[in-house]
Amino acid sequence: MDALLHQFFNIEVMLKAWPIVLRGTGLTILLCLAVIPLGLIGGLLVALASTSHRRMLRLPVVILVDFFRAVPPLALLILISAGLPFAGIRLSPFTAVLLSFFLNNSAYYGEIIRAGIESIGAGQQEAARSTGLNSWQTQCYVILPQALRNVLPDLVSNTIEVVKLTSLASVVAFAELLYAAEMARSVTYNASPLIMAAAIYLVLLWPAVRLASRLEHKL
Amino acid sequence: MTRFEAFLDTFFNVAVMQRYLPDIVAGFFVTCGIAVLVVVSGLALGLLLAVLRSYRIGWINFLIIIFVDLLRALPPLVLILILYFGLPNLGLTLSGYVVLWLVLSLVLAAFAEEIFWAGILSVNSGQRLAARSTGLGFLQTMVYVILPQAVRLTIAPLTNRTIAITKNTALGMVIGVGELLNQATTAQSFAGNATPLMMATIAYLILFVPVVYAGRWIETRYAWRRA
Amino acid sequence: MLMSVSGLRLSYGATEVLKGIDLEVDHGETIFVIGPSGSGKSSLLRCCNRLEEPSAGSIVFDGQELLAKGVDLNQIRRRIGMVFQSFNLYPHMTALGNVRLALRRVLKLSRDEADAVAKAQLDRVGLSSYISQYPSQLSGGQQQRVAIARALALEPRIMLFDEPTSALDPELVSEVLGVLSELKLDGMTMVVVSHEMRFARSAADRVVFMADGQIIETGPPEQIFTSPEVARTRDFVAQAAF
Ligand SMILES: Nc1ncnc2c1ncn2[C@@H]1O[C@H](COP(=O)(O)OP(=O)(O)OP(=O)(O)O)[C@@H](O)[C@H]1O
Ligand SMILES: [Mg+2]
Repeated sequence: MDALLHQFFNIEVMLKAWPIVLRGTGLTILLCLAVIPLGLIGGLLVALASTSHRRMLRLPVVILVDFFRAVPPLALLILISAGLPFAGIRLSPFTAVLLSFFLNNSAYYGEIIRAGIESIGAGQQEAARSTGLNSWQTQCYVILPQALRNVLPDLVSNTIEVVKLTSLASVVAFAELLYAAEMARSVTYNASPLIMAAAIYLVLLWPAVRLASRLEHKL
Repeated sequence: MTRFEAFLDTFFNVAVMQRYLPDIVAGFFVTCGIAVLVVVSGLALGLLLAVLRSYRIGWINFLIIIFVDLLRALPPLVLILILYFGLPNLGLTLSGYVVLWLVLSLVLAAFAEEIFWAGILSVNSGQRLAARSTGLGFLQTMVYVILPQAVRLTIAPLTNRTIAITKNTALGMVIGVGELLNQATTAQSFAGNATPLMMATIAYLILFVPVVYAGRWIETRYAWRRA
Repeated sequence: MLMSVSGLRLSYGATEVLKGIDLEVDHGETIFVIGPSGSGKSSLLRCCNRLEEPSAGSIVFDGQELLAKGVDLNQIRRRIGMVFQSFNLYPHMTALGNVRLALRRVLKLSRDEADAVAKAQLDRVGLSSYISQYPSQLSGGQQQRVAIARALALEPRIMLFDEPTSALDPELVSEVLGVLSELKLDGMTMVVVSHEMRFARSAADRVVFMADGQIIETGPPEQIFTSPEVARTRDFVAQAAF
């Protein structure tokens, strides 16, 4: 029991690690603030393209989405951050992380929003067009508001996944929360900083998890 | 060398491919093996928890909800690092393989529990009344009447979740599990060439694209059935 | 006396929906239960099968206390047939599968025996040519007859019907009522919650009027429908046009 407290809940170690872990938390939040909107925008574009009537637009997007659904995000991240330099393209860790998460998240958000759009009956489209709205107006004012509301639970739960995904950035030495905690662990030979990181993720995500499960069970 | 040749040389170098193919194949099978184990144990545990939850025993349900919330809120990589680097300090050393399998199984179980539970709730309560009124017991009602109906609705979300979580076998790289991505990055640093990463990507496509398509097929099929 | 309910109370959370029910059901008797919506008719039937846990009272069925601890509920339940307003057929099983399930899993009959019994019961309700249809392929009246066959197959001593015809289109009502009449001729004991006043009048041996979780009045159909003693009953019967 003492060993457990000492190794996992060591206040002294935690206090020492606090500044660096705090900085890491800041970077994680920053990363989320960049990655979530980017992913949503990308996802919206993906969804619009994959429900488009134009085959030339739809097909490549569907293939890309399937590619990103099949490749692990960590593999994608490493391909971009460690593979591209061989081709003479050197990205900062932050850019590499942003790019790979953008690609991955757009695919996932895209699938969700697409399902939402497809859940809206053709009658809505016809009714809107019959009142003279053009196709963009129809999407913006009639289809998308209903579509997004229908898939709100999935959007929330995917956003949780996106936040958790940022922890992968630690693997390519981007100094976010998990990287900071793991650094502190390897210096102190004590797992308390990792527990701290876990606690911070919990604080950030637990309310969202509750919300998601509320929304899911309401259906 | 033209730019195109340089590109081929960097990402699809035949010599490098031949040299590292055995490693990549070995990694591929490790990934497959862990993935299968995770799917089996994760889904089984998830189903078990969902059935347990339907007994509606207060404190057990409370524990199940806490378990699910924790595993939904924590990034799997955090759990992997805690188990892999933290437990040895307590005198309990688990191999990277065991840690990876354990963490991913628990994560999948948590998500699967939520999905199965939602499925069970979605079955009309009259079904339970009818089954119990003919003398079927609680578990019999579950197995023959509720679950067959619940599972239909859960298949699509379950496949998606299962794919997303088994893809996390790539996290094994961080704790030295000899899976696909690990083999590829090792080979890449030895070869000084990005070809092994490309090979791994292709291997992932071979492994998961069929599953993605199976999932999509199931989704449309059952969506149609429901209508 | 086949079933005897006394002092039965049931609450959902803080609201008491059955406030002391006493009712005796004789062998071969057909009892109709009528009353306004929310008066607790369905709740009473569900208690008679212990699908709800009453807070007080006793239900003696065939000499056995249903509410006692440790009774083999599933063996008792199979002797109490129940038919629901919304049929509650298992959508993933054929008509035959619906009838067969409890025969196999509760009575532990072999597949062949169970099939034979199930087919005979489906024949009895006039559905022998529909045994391999799924519920979604059957009309409402046919579905309800499958549900009746499902209950009858277990050879119940008593049948409880909860508004068996109120989810049906008017033209399908008579085929289900026909089955009820035949059961009555066969001597089955039945408790029927129904708004089919005309049918109640001809088929009931006794009519029970419930309101607010209590039995207000009991009597032969002639009395309840033409000269009820309680004002409340009179109002209800007058409103229920027939
Ligand atoms: N599962 C439940 N939880 C909480 N309250 C319930 C539940 N089932 C029924 N009630 C309440 O209990 C009361 C009696 O319901 P019950 O279904 O027994 O009435 P009923 O006489 O069958 O009405 P109806 O003619 O509408 O079927 C109603 O006020 C109803 O709202
Ligand atoms: Mg009712």
